[in-house]
Amino acid sequence: MTSRTHWWERPAPFAVAMVTLVAVFATSAEVRDRVYAGSRVETRLLYIQDGEVLTRMALSFDVLLADVYWIRALQHYGGTKRSEDGEKRYDLLGPLLDIATTLDPRFNAVYRFGAIFLTEGYPNGPGQPDLAIALLQKGIEEMPDKWEYYMDIGFIYYWWLQDYDTAAAWFEKAADVPGASWWLRSLAANTLATGGSRASSRRLWQQMYDTADNDWIRNESARRLTQLRALDDIDELIGAAQRFIAQSGRPPRSWEELIEAGLLAGFPVDPTGRPYVIDGTSGTINVSSDSELFPLPGETLPPS
Amino acid sequence: MAVIPQIALQVFRESVRDKVLYNLVLFAVMLIAASYLIGQLTAGQDVKIIKDLGLGATQVFGLFIAVFIGIGLVSKEVERRSIYSLLAKPVRRYELVLGKYAGLVLTLAVNIAVMAVALYAVLGYMAWVETEEFRQSWEAPATDPAMLLAIFLIFAQLMLVTAIALFFSTFLGPILSAMLTFGLIVVGHFNADLRNFENVVDSRAAAYLAKVLYYVLPNLAPFDVKAEVVHAQPVSLGYVALTTGYAVTYIGALLLAAMFIFARRDFK
Repeated sequence: MTSRTHWWERPAPFAVAMVTLVAVFATSAEVRDRVYAGSRVETRLLYIQDGEVLTRMALSFDVLLADVYWIRALQHYGGTKRSEDGEKRYDLLGPLLDIATTLDPRFNAVYRFGAIFLTEGYPNGPGQPDLAIALLQKGIEEMPDKWEYYMDIGFIYYWWLQDYDTAAAWFEKAADVPGASWWLRSLAANTLATGGSRASSRRLWQQMYDTADNDWIRNESARRLTQLRALDDIDELIGAAQRFIAQSGRPPRSWEELIEAGLLAGFPVDPTGRPYVIDGTSGTINVSSDSELFPLPGETLPPS
Repeated sequence: MAVIPQIALQVFRESVRDKVLYNLVLFAVMLIAASYLIGQLTAGQDVKIIKDLGLGATQVFGLFIAVFIGIGLVSKEVERRSIYSLLAKPVRRYELVLGKYAGLVLTLAVNIAVMAVALYAVLGYMAWVETEEFRQSWEAPATDPAMLLAIFLIFAQLMLVTAIALFFSTFLGPILSAMLTFGLIVVGHFNADLRNFENVVDSRAAAYLAKVLYYVLPNLAPFDVKAEVVHAQPVSLGYVALTTGYAVTYIGALLLAAMFIFARRDFK
């Protein structure tokens, strides 16, 4: 008796069938995701919110689980920041970072990067400097010798909360930690003396840039320095607008008016190459909302 | 006694034949793929995460091998009835138990050694392609020799888990053995809570019982120094020696109990 060979036992038909089936299910998944994307309820849940509970459940894999939560925090932050949704919700960022640092209390990057993410103003971040300070203080409890955490809290008070006395006090605390950078003491003194001046801010970010131990912090510092350059540009544009007001008795409605009046040589662009915007009704001058520098730190003033 | 190494080699050969060591390929592929993907995802934390992942995977793969092979070491021979032909040979029962145990420990040792080499190779490559400035920002060097301490304690833990699995295997079937072994692995990570039970309950009897359980049940949490090693925290050799001593004596007790039970077991 001869046994009959089925078609799926022969390599060529088998390969064709497999490729066809894979193509069909991949296509159906793609079509489903496109057509019904809007009707899906997005799951934005943390099933277990208590880091201590997770630490117990992880047995001896708590550090590895901390990595998972760190990656989740990065994806949540980056995904929300880049999303096209009208309302950007960063509500899981704080809990994710808290869980990651409970699972691995010595996870340095989570404290430092997490604080940057939490403080970033809306829509680029949740704008929660209070949570960022709490996160860094948690890090200080675990690692009191990390002068960088004291310095980062000082930065938050300086840059986001504009509380220069408290910022100086934190820079002083950072300077008191054995092994801290030599320039922290003078930074504290400068902050007390000239806190809030742009020159002082520039010095601060330049120090941060020069001493950054990774690309993220260096890039963030470079972005802040570029924002300060944009603020300088805007000061010049405000000067031109004020001269226009002096000449014509009203604020300029567009850049064309300033160019025609001979007050500007051409359309002004920010350091990233995006055009500055002038609001025709209020006269406010700012970077464009699609510029990498948007939003500027609280200094977008209309010409008086 | 010369028969023990022969049985051990036989167990090792059998595990190779059963393609147990294929998990090494999976481990290597996972590490290489992860080292690329994680670099894109983790904001400069790739070396830390590869260390966590590599050490964690070494432990997980090892645990599965220790449990799933360990529970079958004796019970499989009984189920297949090959125990009769084994016992008909000039092999004493305790030699069979010790030989089986030594064989699985040998398998685990080879497994862990190859995984350690793969982990160091991936980390060495990552260090090689990074700039000196970036390397300076790492808490510990990529190929930090201190990781060997964590790997050694993982191995000690796996030897202990193997002994637990073998112990159950001498008088229980594979399913029950697996459940009890996994149960003890979980309990072993909560064991420290039993020590200070008197702070939680008023009953002195309950506190006393908890303390007895603390000493009787295996305490596996101290074998985990992965976080310390990855964060460049010191792990003293005294700590490692005492933890190893604990493992050796606990394993001794388990093997003794396994030999005692197996010697009295009636296979008729």
